[in-house]
Amino acid sequence: MEYEEIVHRCFRCGYCKFTEDYQDINCPSYAKFGLDTYAAGGRMWLINAWLKNEVKTSEHYAGILYSCITCGNCKEQCVFTFKDDLLNIFEAAKAELVSKGLIPPPVRDYFKAINMNGNPYKEPQDERGKWAEGTDIQAFSDQEYLFYIGDVGSYDERGKKMARSVGTLLAEAGLSFGILGNEEGSDGNDVKALGEKWLFKELAEDNINKFKTKGVKKIITLDPHAFNAFTKEYPQLGGDFKVWHYTQILATLLKDKKIPLSEYKVKVTYHDPCYLGRHNGVYNAPREILKGIPGLELIEMNRNRGNAFCCGGGGGNFFTDILGVGEESPGRIRIREALDTGAEILAVACPMCSKMLDDAVKAEVLEEKIQVQDVAEIVNAAK
Amino acid sequence: MSDIYKSLVEIVGEEHVSTQTEELYFYARDPGLMPAHEPDYVVAPKTTEEVQKIVKLANKEKIPIVPMGSGMALTGLIIPLRGGIVIDMKRMRKIVGVNEKARHAVVEGGTSQGALKAYLERNHPTLRHSIPDAPPTATIAANVVIHGQGRLTQQYGFNSDMVSGLEVVLPTGEICRIGSCSMSPDWFSKGPTLPDLSGLFLGWLGSTGVITKLGLKLYPKKKMRDVEIFVTDREDLVPDILFKLTHTEMVEDINIWFQEKPIIFQGNHHITLYITGDTDEELEFKRKMVWHSLKEFRDSKDGGFMWVMPAMKPTFLDMPQKSITTFADVKKGGGFEYSGPIVLIEKYPVFARKLGELANKYKIAYSGMARVIGRSHAMMFGIAFTFNRADPDMMDRVKKALHEGIAFAFDHGGIPWKPTVEEQKMAMERIDPNTLKLMKMIKENLDPNGIMNPGNWEVD
Repeated sequence: MEYEEIVHRCFRCGYCKFTEDYQDINCPSYAKFGLDTYAAGGRMWLINAWLKNEVKTSEHYAGILYSCITCGNCKEQCVFTFKDDLLNIFEAAKAELVSKGLIPPPVRDYFKAINMNGNPYKEPQDERGKWAEGTDIQAFSDQEYLFYIGDVGSYDERGKKMARSVGTLLAEAGLSFGILGNEEGSDGNDVKALGEKWLFKELAEDNINKFKTKGVKKIITLDPHAFNAFTKEYPQLGGDFKVWHYTQILATLLKDKKIPLSEYKVKVTYHDPCYLGRHNGVYNAPREILKGIPGLELIEMNRNRGNAFCCGGGGGNFFTDILGVGEESPGRIRIREALDTGAEILAVACPMCSKMLDDAVKAEVLEEKIQVQDVAEIVNAAK
Repeated sequence: MSDIYKSLVEIVGEEHVSTQTEELYFYARDPGLMPAHEPDYVVAPKTTEEVQKIVKLANKEKIPIVPMGSGMALTGLIIPLRGGIVIDMKRMRKIVGVNEKARHAVVEGGTSQGALKAYLERNHPTLRHSIPDAPPTATIAANVVIHGQGRLTQQYGFNSDMVSGLEVVLPTGEICRIGSCSMSPDWFSKGPTLPDLSGLFLGWLGSTGVITKLGLKLYPKKKMRDVEIFVTDREDLVPDILFKLTHTEMVEDINIWFQEKPIIFQGNHHITLYITGDTDEELEFKRKMVWHSLKEFRDSKDGGFMWVMPAMKPTFLDMPQKSITTFADVKKGGGFEYSGPIVLIEKYPVFARKLGELANKYKIAYSGMARVIGRSHAMMFGIAFTFNRADPDMMDRVKKALHEGIAFAFDHGGIPWKPTVEEQKMAMERIDPNTLKLMKMIKENLDPNGIMNPGNWEVD
């Protein structure tokens, strides 16, 4: 296994479970199950045991590995020099399970759906661009930017709403951009996180070729997961594009007064998506947008920026739901934390976070108290 | 599916019980060197009532129980030597309340040191507790059960001296309150002026009950904190230096450390001392008092204050000090273990020499570290070695060195801290027979079926 020489070095000290200031457990799977095996240290010890043949591959072992939703908190908080490889180690361990065909059924179904249909929803490819129907958003030809949507923004109702919201804002601001519509392919970020390296490579190379053929140089992503794949993984496969998350572009457009805003008196708290924040260090752009809206009061949750608690949708769990539901599911913990701030709106910048947290609002029966809205939706409401 | 498993699922819910190989593997060991032994069940309760039900079930069925915090003692105290149920307490992590004026907190039995620190910083910035240098996941309850020490130990004694009340599930299942909280809503005293029953649980390594809540004394947190390091190459002078320093009553915490590497530290004994103040004047006054107290050693050129580079200060001022944990990976092997006998400070020189001898004899890397307890009333002398988990031979050598180290400590009048089962046996060979008889009476009366962490403090 890749990284085999590192695995035994974990002391299982538990720094990885916490926020930087230790205020709370910040590992979503550990918060959910409360057993040490579900924290990064537990996984390291089990992988080491598996390498030494002291623990065999089993459904439960696979469940523990796949309950890691790659939020990256462990990597942030680990005190050892190998911290940067923690997620790589977990990915490598999952890749071993993939190569042996011993993965949980929901993970298998996710891979199969993408392989067969090009998306995890098993929806036809020619419906991928439907979200843009009725808008002025153009197909990509030779515009400055490609606006890449991703699977969730293309097929999920909540995601589609978000894609329209962002797309129309960018169009109204006069930005030169286009979309691939039915020609768009899955970015593969979560495929890789789940350990299917071959499928990821196929998806990535297909996208890279497509982008190059169409003359794409600059990409705006709706989804932080795609943003992560395009910035961190695609360059290694020859895909060198300039990539922005939409909040970065929107922040500039607002700063340049390209989108006129009126007063919008509302209390908002912002949830940092793991693949935008911890994985890529984009913390300020969404906040600049929100702070730029007259009358809007931005209240931070106790856990924010590098210490934000994951919504539960990362690392493929959005589709596989290995973590499951319940009071201690990450989305519900997070929505209760958002409610504690007194905010009326929980702002998000990721279609997966949007859906996960929206579902959590319903599960907690908080619809009357707090709403989940994308940053672009909030900007639209302030126009 | 066994009836016991079904009952446990009924008590805590399916997600928080396991009989799976993976959990049995993990909970069979701690990060130290003690041999693994698997439990039969692992449970993670959320409430005192759930703990009570688990204990009642175990007592009825005569199944061993091992209450567990984070396992950071490193000496195998949470290894279920006779199988049974490991109760992982860490889901019980609520901070029940803080009485700011009376300076105490009430926390659940699985609350971590880190969480209380963060809670106080956020909500009661003028208060602090005696945080140890164990990783922040270490629980407050487990720390007092092993008589741990922390940042305020030089001023106020062992962390267990700072307990101000306990809620315990007895081995027979009764929920029992100890101290002022047994008759009052307030948790300000663990015993006095009532009979102090806290001694039935503190120091017993989880063999007399499960702590589900505890009161903990808090102390003033000054606005500023700084570090000074006094260095001497003469270990024989360290006891006198410590005596002078503690006489000032100006210092928060005093740690002494020495190590071979990096080479800039070789051959010296570093006495790290912390001073605190609400104003620059207070801080400077204390600094002057400290400097003045060691004048004779500076004048004789036997020691001096080291210039602590600003870049280095955060490492020393960190609470808990992360660099202590990273010692585990010095050999790129992820392991360390230490015995921490409690000895008189006058013994420092012989212990320091012995540690070097052991490291040479067994060809292992050491870190010498000691913490002053009270005003030089005693010190914890850490006999610490790092090891590579992938090198069984090195692990064996470390085990032998630790064994020799603790035997040396006993021969020099020390008593064990967080002793392994083997060290407990060695200690019991030395403890007065009548004291042992009393321990046995207490244990047998509290735990008639011998279910609580069996193998620990077990008098034959």
